[in-house]
Amino acid sequence: MTLPPIEDIQAQIVAGVPGSRVTVLPNGSPSAQHSLLLDHEHARAVAEFLRNDPNLRLDYCSLVTGVDWPDTETTEKVKVKKLVAGPDGSEQEQEVEETRKTKVPGYLEAVYHLFSMEKKHGPVVLRMRTANRTDGTHLPSLTAVWRSAEFQEREAFDLYGIIFDGHPDLRRILMWDGFVDHPMRKDYVPPADDILVTGVNP
Amino acid sequence: MADDLKELKIELSKNGIFTTTLEEVYNWGRKNSVWPLTFGLACCAIEMIATTMARYDLARFGAEVFRPSPRQADLIIVSGTVTKKMAPQVVRLYNQMPEPKYVIAMGACAISGGPFRDGYNVLKGIDRYIPVDVHIPGCPPRPEALIHAFMTLQKKIEEQSLNGADRPRHLHADLPSEFPVPAFGAHGLEPAQNTEVFLAEQGNPLQGNPLKVIQ
Repeated sequence: MTLPPIEDIQAQIVAGVPGSRVTVLPNGSPSAQHSLLLDHEHARAVAEFLRNDPNLRLDYCSLVTGVDWPDTETTEKVKVKKLVAGPDGSEQEQEVEETRKTKVPGYLEAVYHLFSMEKKHGPVVLRMRTANRTDGTHLPSLTAVWRSAEFQEREAFDLYGIIFDGHPDLRRILMWDGFVDHPMRKDYVPPADDILVTGVNP
Repeated sequence: MADDLKELKIELSKNGIFTTTLEEVYNWGRKNSVWPLTFGLACCAIEMIATTMARYDLARFGAEVFRPSPRQADLIIVSGTVTKKMAPQVVRLYNQMPEPKYVIAMGACAISGGPFRDGYNVLKGIDRYIPVDVHIPGCPPRPEALIHAFMTLQKKIEEQSLNGADRPRHLHADLPSEFPVPAFGAHGLEPAQNTEVFLAEQGNPLQGNPLKVIQ
């Protein structure tokens, strides 16, 4: 058995789960492993559909991980007409180059890899994105659909700070409970406990 | 032992008279029955296990009895990566061992953090919290290296004097035999190192790691 093309799976989901918004995120690399971006409200229903649909039967979640997409800033130079004081003191209209900065807010992403033990096909890659990286880091948990996601969602919570709503036991799994940082985030700074300077041994 | 006494001893042995000192017999007995703790942390532990098996046979040095309890162990071989989550337990195991007790830090991770030094959860050397007697570099060190470290430790035990100012730590009543267990903090272990052990100067009976440090 081989999987249908990702667009067909998307169409099946939209037909099977009314109201769901599923986007295909194309992967430009030679592996061409495209993924499906789910909306938060219907993610649980879509997951149940993918697991129960007789043609797909994606009954095995092999991997859950997080991805951190930090805030990006793009600069572009734009020519703007402006009133500028000339050498004789009078104001003249002139073309001036300005640099404009646009900030694109980042987000955290959870990635799920699904296979079917029954149909022997896969993977189907699901993605969900948080609103931002600071206060809106909530995503719906899919542990109720695939039990194997439990520890891996805890790991994504621990290392990236994604809060999975509906998770039965969302605690840190690798770091200790009192730890406050999320070490796999791109802007994580480890504690400055490296006080040795190499090359000065007596 | 003073040199003239050694000469006298050799002279007597040439004439068929065997002499010894209490210190020599005591240390001879200790160095030939060092019981390590059954304790491994990572891939270095596999090399440590290989060292005890038939091919390398650590039993030749009297150290084949790996004890499953720190109360019965003389030596802790810190074999592998010490994560910050594991470090308090390592220090606690060391604290539970009876004196005299020794530490071998085996492999790049145990002595400095190794390839994971810049990681968020790896301790940059166990000598930050407990006094290490022998450091073995290598990733992982071969069983020969562990045997060499063990022989180095035996030599160290053999040369320890029972009295005098240079006697080892466990014979100093006022020096600690237990060291503070680090606590889990918000960003890492607190404190990041035990300065009394880690910054100890050479010749200090705490036998710390003599490295120049910028504070």
